[in-house]
Amino acid sequence: MTDKSHDPNQMTGAAMIVRALIDHGVEHLFGYPGGAVLPIYDEIFQQSEVEHILVRHEQGAGHAAEGYARSTGKPGVVLVTSGPGATNMVTPLTDALMDSIPLVCITGQVPTHLIGNDAFQECDTVGITRPCTKHNWLVRSVDDLAKVLHEAFYVATTGRPGPVVVDVPKDVQFATGTYHPPSKSDVHVSYTPRVKGDENQIRKAVAMLAHAKRPIIYTGGGVINSGPEASTLLRQLVEATGFPITSTLMGLGAYPASGPNWLGMLGMHGTYEANMAMHDCDVMLCVGARFDDRITGRTDAFSPGSKKIHIDIDPSSINKNIRVDVPIIGDAGNVLGDLLHTFKAEARKPDIKAWWQQIAQWRARNSLSYRKNNDIILPQYAIQRLFELTRGKDTYITTEVGQHQMWAAQFYGFEEPHRWMTSGGLGTMGYGLPAAVGVQVAHRDSLVIDIAGDASVQMTIQEMSTAVQYELPIKIFILNNQYMGMVRQWQQLLHGNRLSHSYTEALPDFVKLAEAYGCVGLQAVKPADLDGAIKEMIAIKRPVLFDCRVAALENCFPMIPSGKAHNEMLLPEEATDAATASAFAGGKALV
Amino acid sequence: MNQPASAYFLEERHDPNETHTLSVLVQNEPGVLARVIGLFSGRGYNIDSLTVSETESQKHLSRITIVTTGTPMVIQQIKHQLDRMVPVYRVVDMTLTGNSVERELAMVKVRGTGDHRVEALRLADAFRARVIDATTESFVFEITGNSSKINQFIDLMRPLGLVEVSRTGVAAITRGPEGM
Repeated sequence: MTDKSHDPNQMTGAAMIVRALIDHGVEHLFGYPGGAVLPIYDEIFQQSEVEHILVRHEQGAGHAAEGYARSTGKPGVVLVTSGPGATNMVTPLTDALMDSIPLVCITGQVPTHLIGNDAFQECDTVGITRPCTKHNWLVRSVDDLAKVLHEAFYVATTGRPGPVVVDVPKDVQFATGTYHPPSKSDVHVSYTPRVKGDENQIRKAVAMLAHAKRPIIYTGGGVINSGPEASTLLRQLVEATGFPITSTLMGLGAYPASGPNWLGMLGMHGTYEANMAMHDCDVMLCVGARFDDRITGRTDAFSPGSKKIHIDIDPSSINKNIRVDVPIIGDAGNVLGDLLHTFKAEARKPDIKAWWQQIAQWRARNSLSYRKNNDIILPQYAIQRLFELTRGKDTYITTEVGQHQMWAAQFYGFEEPHRWMTSGGLGTMGYGLPAAVGVQVAHRDSLVIDIAGDASVQMTIQEMSTAVQYELPIKIFILNNQYMGMVRQWQQLLHGNRLSHSYTEALPDFVKLAEAYGCVGLQAVKPADLDGAIKEMIAIKRPVLFDCRVAALENCFPMIPSGKAHNEMLLPEEATDAATASAFAGGKALV
Repeated sequence: MNQPASAYFLEERHDPNETHTLSVLVQNEPGVLARVIGLFSGRGYNIDSLTVSETESQKHLSRITIVTTGTPMVIQQIKHQLDRMVPVYRVVDMTLTGNSVERELAMVKVRGTGDHRVEALRLADAFRARVIDATTESFVFEITGNSSKINQFIDLMRPLGLVEVSRTGVAAITRGPEGM
């Protein structure tokens, strides 16, 4: 028997996992220990290159890793134990799959000889996570471990990014094998995502853009995922073409909200001008967005008169909901670069003055207006003040899900990509607080604010304890209306105002709760107190829970109601009880 | 629009359905079939027939033949969704290539005596089905062909004492010298 003890690549499976993380440049890891991952935790204890952040619930680890990934462009890494550890990760994995966020999740598993025996804390992790990951692996032999770990990072971060799970039985963690550094041969030959767009298709698209009379650019999270370069190219394209631009919830920040061509967000709670321009345009350039049902309204009435160009890295996004005329498969940044280059070489800025005049008329409707109130804080006003008072600061915003999320998207102006973390596709209440923890871990000196609702925030509120432990000065800004506001809004509009279980009868005293966790609790009740309290929140270098008491019954407008099209929006000044009732009569469906 | 209260647009599009045969070349590894089947069940696609077996053991390649029904947009989605799976090498729509052969094998058990027995044997001969098991009161026929031929044979056996049928599902391959 040869002595391999001097071979530095001979190590246990647990050591390989930590080594692979280091080789992939991982600096932070979010996790929670348990029986089936103890060997890995033992390795983590004995090194200092990877910092482990201990959360309070595995779901928190997942969302923290998502926030980390979205704000850095690097994969988020999670380590959890078998059974409940793995099942608690199902929500963040699904969330990351829907929003194309690169996550590498390592789960412990019971020893291989016990798999299938209903052993303690056993579950079929790869079976359960198969539909909510981009790919997953059960590693049955230590000899496969290094290869699988390297492939996992590659699959998570290339092509359309997404979550992956590597399930490692405990005996594989203990077993000794040979580690090898990442190499190209670690990846399935069958996995070949396309990055570069087809030249002919790009040329066709440019010709279409050059002859457009009423063009619009509609972008999504794909531009963000492609990296900051894609946003730069997008801005240059907007500049070169002079076209108006709108974005999905996921794409906010790719083009600056202060930019002259910005129409605001589109979709169900998008601006009037964005939705009208989408409906009436003659050429639509969609970059890294997927014609989701919150965007399109009724699909048979979606932008009926337009030619559509669709740039997406995932061929399955093409023609899924909406038929497009010129599909271009490729990475958003890469294709935007080629498109811009071709446009500059072969086309001139078309004259679209009349189109801009039309848009100016739509803008004049001022669809985000709300009536002022000196006695009660309106949630829109709270977001506007938060925006104004954090303007120019190095700020990252996360949200939970509901009305506050839509108000944040409408009233907080994002100037840069990677600054906005929200659960778009899955709509996960409880996303924002742990996501803020993850963002703050990556950006220690930045101002990280979770714009929250009183209901959502309670779903993962235990992660305040994580923020305190790691001295992460996150700010949790709760728009507290004592309702599940979006649920209530829909019940008012669709279910005869029967507010079934959407009122929170026994809210905690958030200020005391903050203090109990060792955070700072603040409260604002009157509009006159708001600015001072927000400034105080920003100044405090510790985690803050801000209980912002807002108007209880305020609803989120504008809105596309009742299986209607983009040009049938309900505007705030029109949203009287009678108009709302008739808009939702018969149909009674939000699209 | 008279749909009930919903957060979603409930009207479905009703484009005509088409039936397509897809050949899918995959890495033969644990869970690969579960991934493919999970895709179909998870996204509500139809599986009319599914056949799978390793075809190149050296390279660990398996070939899955799926017959599915859906609107043209859904069929296109299915192909893209399959194609983006990590262990999937290629997806070929045999129906679109229009130049493929499809075969299925069935074993058909028929029980009977007298005239019925003679008639079953005579029909089997006409369909080029082989007798692979016989007792004094039963036959097992083996029949190969496209699915409609097999359906027709089974229908004919029904009044003659059909007991049970075991079918392999469809396997397909393109004509001509080129491979997948």
